[in-house]
Amino acid sequence: MKLKKLAVLTLAAAMAAGTLVGCASNKKTETTGAEQKTEAAETTTAKAGDTAEAKGQIYYLNFKPEVADIWVELAGKYTEETGVPMKVQTAAAGTYEQTLKSEVAKKEPPTLFQINGPIGYKSWAKYCKDLKDSAIYSHLVDKDMAVKDGDGVYGIPYVVEGYGIIYNDAIMKKYFALDGAKAKSMEEINNFASLKAVAEDMQARKADLGIEGVFASTSFAPGEDWRWQTHLANLPVYYEYKDDNVSDKDVLDFKYADNYKNIFDLYINNSCTDPKMVGAKTVEDSMAEFALGKVAMVQNGNWGWGQVSGVDGNTVKEEDVKFLPIYTGVNGEEKQGLCIGTENFFSINSQAKEEDQQASLDFLEWLFTSNTGKDYVTNKLGFIAPFDTFAANEKPTDPLAKEIDRYMNNKDLYSVSWNFTSFPSQTFKDNFGASLLEYAQGGKDWKAVVDEMKADWANEKAMTK
Amino acid sequence: MGERGGDASPIFIQEIWSASAHDIPMHPMPDDAGHAVKRGGPCPKTMDSNKERRTAMQKSMKRYFPIFVLPTLAAFTVAFLYPFIIGIYLSFTEFTTVKDASWVGISNYKKIFMDRNFINALIFTVKFTIVSVVSINTLGFLLAYVLTRGIKGTNLFRTVFFMPNLIGGIVLGYVWQLLLNGILARFGVTLSFSAKYGFWGLVILMNWQLIGYMMIIYIAGLQNVPGEMIEAARIDGATRFQILKQIMIPMVMPSFTICLFLTLTNSFKLFDQNLALTAGGPGRQTSMLALDIYSTFYGRVGWEGVGQAKATVFFLMVAVISLTQLTLTRRKEVEN
Repeated sequence: MKLKKLAVLTLAAAMAAGTLVGCASNKKTETTGAEQKTEAAETTTAKAGDTAEAKGQIYYLNFKPEVADIWVELAGKYTEETGVPMKVQTAAAGTYEQTLKSEVAKKEPPTLFQINGPIGYKSWAKYCKDLKDSAIYSHLVDKDMAVKDGDGVYGIPYVVEGYGIIYNDAIMKKYFALDGAKAKSMEEINNFASLKAVAEDMQARKADLGIEGVFASTSFAPGEDWRWQTHLANLPVYYEYKDDNVSDKDVLDFKYADNYKNIFDLYINNSCTDPKMVGAKTVEDSMAEFALGKVAMVQNGNWGWGQVSGVDGNTVKEEDVKFLPIYTGVNGEEKQGLCIGTENFFSINSQAKEEDQQASLDFLEWLFTSNTGKDYVTNKLGFIAPFDTFAANEKPTDPLAKEIDRYMNNKDLYSVSWNFTSFPSQTFKDNFGASLLEYAQGGKDWKAVVDEMKADWANEKAMTK
Repeated sequence: MGERGGDASPIFIQEIWSASAHDIPMHPMPDDAGHAVKRGGPCPKTMDSNKERRTAMQKSMKRYFPIFVLPTLAAFTVAFLYPFIIGIYLSFTEFTTVKDASWVGISNYKKIFMDRNFINALIFTVKFTIVSVVSINTLGFLLAYVLTRGIKGTNLFRTVFFMPNLIGGIVLGYVWQLLLNGILARFGVTLSFSAKYGFWGLVILMNWQLIGYMMIIYIAGLQNVPGEMIEAARIDGATRFQILKQIMIPMVMPSFTICLFLTLTNSFKLFDQNLALTAGGPGRQTSMLALDIYSTFYGRVGWEGVGQAKATVFFLMVAVISLTQLTLTRRKEVEN
């Protein structure tokens, strides 16, 4: 009997201990960097307690989890310098909309947040303050990049990013040295025809080059298909908009569908992964394949540098990482550069207290004009900021950012602007991605993909009027 | 939305465990808790003192009843009733956050049936529910029957079969995703190759998780069948199959009610495992209703109200189905 009692007591104690452990770890992992965030917030509020009412306070909801800790550090620095309390919270990857929706409804909503472009603006119009008279807007180099509605300016872009085909120069040089190579240098690859010839030849001789395929996996795991349904789809849409001289259309003709098919087929047929298996691959897998030298090319943007350099056993050298434009077979594409634009726009919460709104505006001004702010933006956050307050030597130094700069400043090439901010809805993008996956796996023909995409575009535009 | 498969009231579970462990025949119905009829216990004390004890107990229960119920009732109101009522209100509005709702009447409900994803999710959910309910209950009952025959290692088997139920939905989904992708890789495909793989993957997962739990309930029900009746039937010359069909199944009907209810509602409301295993699979083809509601909320601008309307319709569906099922099967129960 005594043994039974002892056993029962031990079990009960273990269960109780278990629940307590659960409680403690829950608090810690609530949001990314919550520990540091609460510490930072505590120290900042402690220092600025008495002046809080007069100066207002800032609450920034961060979109990029990769730099969450840096933002917290930055907030601490700002409070030290100015005495204005600043709180930073980060939404986990892919949950920004959900987190913003719930945070905005609370008593102390975010005063500074971001929208993803004109579509995001439609959703948050009631909460975006008009910034056309603000100092930060006046510093914007290209004022057309901002999110506008009539005369008002509601979203200020804060980082310029670009994407294209990232390639490993070392592997390319190895190929150029082979007998009967289809090109002898990267300059010769300046349109789709030459890219296709080189890629297919490299794929045939992958054993000689020591790689498993030319292109990294065309990732299609759930939620990982944005490179194809958004980024790659930007190209045909850009060219169609350019032809019609518009920035949005209610009905898309998808005129450049065959061009899309050109490059998409090249990706899936000359890869290290069989087309039928792409449904299980993630973007991380693709970047790792590139980093480990298993493939020569991967389509992604300059934000991907962190993923390449951070892989264990990374064999790619910094000086070998370069960008190639995404060629699709359009006339005159020899002059095409990378796809450069932004999907990240700062907005100030118009429903927050007046002094908080002003405090947030002042913070933005400080971030992009003061020395500490600019240092953080360029070197720690790694942003290419589109403001005239940044001199030529104040740009990030990672290899991909330098490439973006090189392409942006090349007067002979035109950049493809980011038009996917006008895509009808997330549902449209998801449906297109699913369609592409079926095509890649051989379950759908291309004509069906095109027809469905056009019908879905028109349908989604109508449903979200 | 989205409960862990197998959640039921704690009182209920305690009864089941004690029933199977001590073989005390207890009627496994929640509203009968506390009214167990003990057979062959010690001699009861005198009638008068029992009566006194009962009225004193009833008096103090009446006095302290509110205090004990209050904490749970408060939690229930805040966490369930309040959001539920707000939700119904929001389904008639267009809103971005809970604070800025603007009334639009029933246009959200009309939009539901324009959305082909909802219809597809509904068909998928119904197919999945039918298949799961049949397979889980059949296999659960078979296992219970086998494990009440008194073979060696019965307790070990019962424990082992129940264990899968202890793993949470999300983790289970991801683990099975790895397993299934690994198996399918031998055939050169992945889970997202076809909606069929996602469907059967989900069925396998749910079966694996819930069979043990239903088995326990059926075991309790089978042990409730009085031995004398089976003896009598055997003496009268009934075969094993006839005993099973004419005596055991009707007596086990209360367990059928509960198991059918649990599997029906758990399959219909499935979310965690769906999200983890396929996240809707190719496109939205393996998205069940709960996942579809979640996706609607964030999929299009201005459709949050529609998501809320879908949730209200979902609640009505589940309520109607489960109430219908409960009344139908309760009628078939035989009094003990």
